[in-house]
Amino acid sequence: MMPFINKRVKQKAAFSFFSLISVMVVAILFIILGFIIVRGASVINWEFLTAMPDEGMTKGGILPAIVGTLCLVAGSMIFAFPVGVLSAIYLNEYLKENWLKKFMRSMTNNLAGIPSIVFGLFGMALFVNKLKFGDSILAGSLTLGLLALPVIIRTTEEALKSVPDHLRIGSYALGATKLQTIRRVVLPIAAPNITTGLILSISRVSGETAPILFTVAAYFIPKLPHSIFDQAMALPYHLYVLTTSGTNIKESMPMAYGTAFVLIMLVLLANLLANTFRHYFSKKNKMN
Amino acid sequence: MKETDIIQVQELKNTTIENLYKAETKKVNLFYKDFQALKNIDFAVKPNTVTALIGPSGCGKSTFLRLFNRMNDLIDGVKISGEVILDGKNIYEKNIIVDELRKSVGMVFQKPNPFPKSIFENVAYGLRVNGENNKNRLEEIVEKSLIQAALWDEVKDKLKKSAYELSGGQQQRLCIARALAIEPSLILMDEPASALDPISTAKIEELIYDLKNKYTIIIVTHNMQQAGRVSDYTAFFYLGELIEFDKTKTMFINPINVKTQNYITGRFG
Repeated sequence: MMPFINKRVKQKAAFSFFSLISVMVVAILFIILGFIIVRGASVINWEFLTAMPDEGMTKGGILPAIVGTLCLVAGSMIFAFPVGVLSAIYLNEYLKENWLKKFMRSMTNNLAGIPSIVFGLFGMALFVNKLKFGDSILAGSLTLGLLALPVIIRTTEEALKSVPDHLRIGSYALGATKLQTIRRVVLPIAAPNITTGLILSISRVSGETAPILFTVAAYFIPKLPHSIFDQAMALPYHLYVLTTSGTNIKESMPMAYGTAFVLIMLVLLANLLANTFRHYFSKKNKMN
Repeated sequence: MKETDIIQVQELKNTTIENLYKAETKKVNLFYKDFQALKNIDFAVKPNTVTALIGPSGCGKSTFLRLFNRMNDLIDGVKISGEVILDGKNIYEKNIIVDELRKSVGMVFQKPNPFPKSIFENVAYGLRVNGENNKNRLEEIVEKSLIQAALWDEVKDKLKKSAYELSGGQQQRLCIARALAIEPSLILMDEPASALDPISTAKIEELIYDLKNKYTIIIVTHNMQQAGRVSDYTAFFYLGELIEFDKTKTMFINPINVKTQNYITGRFG
C-alpha cells in the first residue's frame, strides 16, 4: 500500500506547487493593473481625455498622445497586416519544404528577436533620412510595422498550418485552383487565429517606445496631427517624458499614471474588440 | 466538308467512343523519390462498371487510384511514366489543365471531409469554384445531387445548417453528393466506408450500386466482402504490381494466381 500512497502524495504536492505558481503569475498581473488603476483612475476625467497638455504638462489632458498612438497603431497595421498575412500564405501554402523555406522561416524568427531600439535606429536611417519622410507618423508607422511583421507572419503561419490538409485535398479534387482553395477554404478557417496575431501585434505596437523615439515622437505638440508627414505625440513616449524629463516631474507624476491607465485601457479595448471579431468568425465557420 | 459528312464523322466518333474504355493505363510506373510504388501497370475499365482495387496495405492501390485525377501531383518527389487515358485522352500530357481534369473526375476519401460550411454550400462548392453562381441553377443541382446521394430526405429541411452537425455516415454521403454535383463521368472512391458503422456502410454500398447506371466507379477497399458485393471487376495489387484483374465473380471463385487466392481467402494481408 505504501508506494501507492506515496504516489498520491507526490501527485498532490506537484499539483499544489503548479497551481501556486500559476496563481502567482495571475497575481502579478492584477497587482500591476491595480497599481495603475489606483494611481491613475483619479486623474481620469473628460478634460484629461480631450484637452491639450497645459502648464508644462502638469495640467490639461493628453489628447494629442491618444490620437498619435491611434494613428501609429492604425498606420503600422495598414502596412504590416497585409504584408505579413500574404508572406505567411506564401510561406505556408506555396513554398515547398526546401532550404529557401527554412532560411526564410529562421530569418523571420530572427527578425522577432531584434531589440526594438535597433528597429528605431533602422527606421530613422531609412524612412526619416534616406527616404526623407522626416520625423513623421508615416516613418513611425512603417518602423512599428516592421516590428509587428514577424509576430503577424508567425501567428498567421501557425493558423494556416492548423487547417487540416484533407480539406485542401477535398477542394482540389473538386477542380478548385490553389488560389480558390486558399480563399474559400483555408482562410475562412484560419481567420480567427489570424485575428489573434493581429491582437498580439496591436498590443505590442501600441506600447512600444524605442522605435518611435527617433522616427515620430514629439516631446510636446499642443495640436493634433494634420497629415501623415506630421510629427505626433504618443502615449508610451509621453509617459516616459512625464516621468523623466518634464519641467516639473513631481507635479506631472499623476498625469503619468493617468497616461499609463489610458494606454492599458486602449490595449484592453483592442483585445476585446478583436476577440469579439474572432468569436464572430469562428461562429460563422461552424454555423455556415 | 459537307454537312452530311460532318454528321457521319460525328457518328463514327460516337461509336468509337462507345467501344473505348472509360479509363485506361498503359505501362504506368510511379516513383516516390527512389521507391517504385507502381510497376508497369496495364489496366482498363469499361463505362458504367464498378471496379474494386484490393490488396494489402502499401501495395499501391490508393496511389494507383489517385493517378486518374492527378492527386499524386500534390506530393513532392513523385515521378510518373507511361500513359493514363481518360475518355481516349492521355491526362498526363503537357497541355492538360489539371483543375479542369479534376472537374470531370469525382473523388470520395476515406475519412469524410466536408468543409466547415453549410450543407448547401458543401454541395455547391465544386460548382462555385467552376464559375456557376446562378442561384436557381445551384439550388437545382444541389437538390439533384443530394437525391442521387440518398441524403435529400434527411437534410432537405436543414440545408443552411453546418455540415458538421451530420453523422459520419451522412457526412460521407454529403461528400459523395459534393462529388456528383460537378457531374463527373468517373468517380474514384478511396475506402469510402472504412470509417463508418455497418448501417452507414450498407447505405454507401447501396448507393454505389445505384450510381453505376450513370457513372463509372473505381473503388479501393480493404473489405473483401465489400468488393464482392459492389464490384463487377476486381484488380488485385501486390507490392506495386497488378497481379490479377478479372470479373469479380471469376476472381473470387477461381483466382489464377496463388497470391490472389491467399489474399482473398484471408491467409495474409
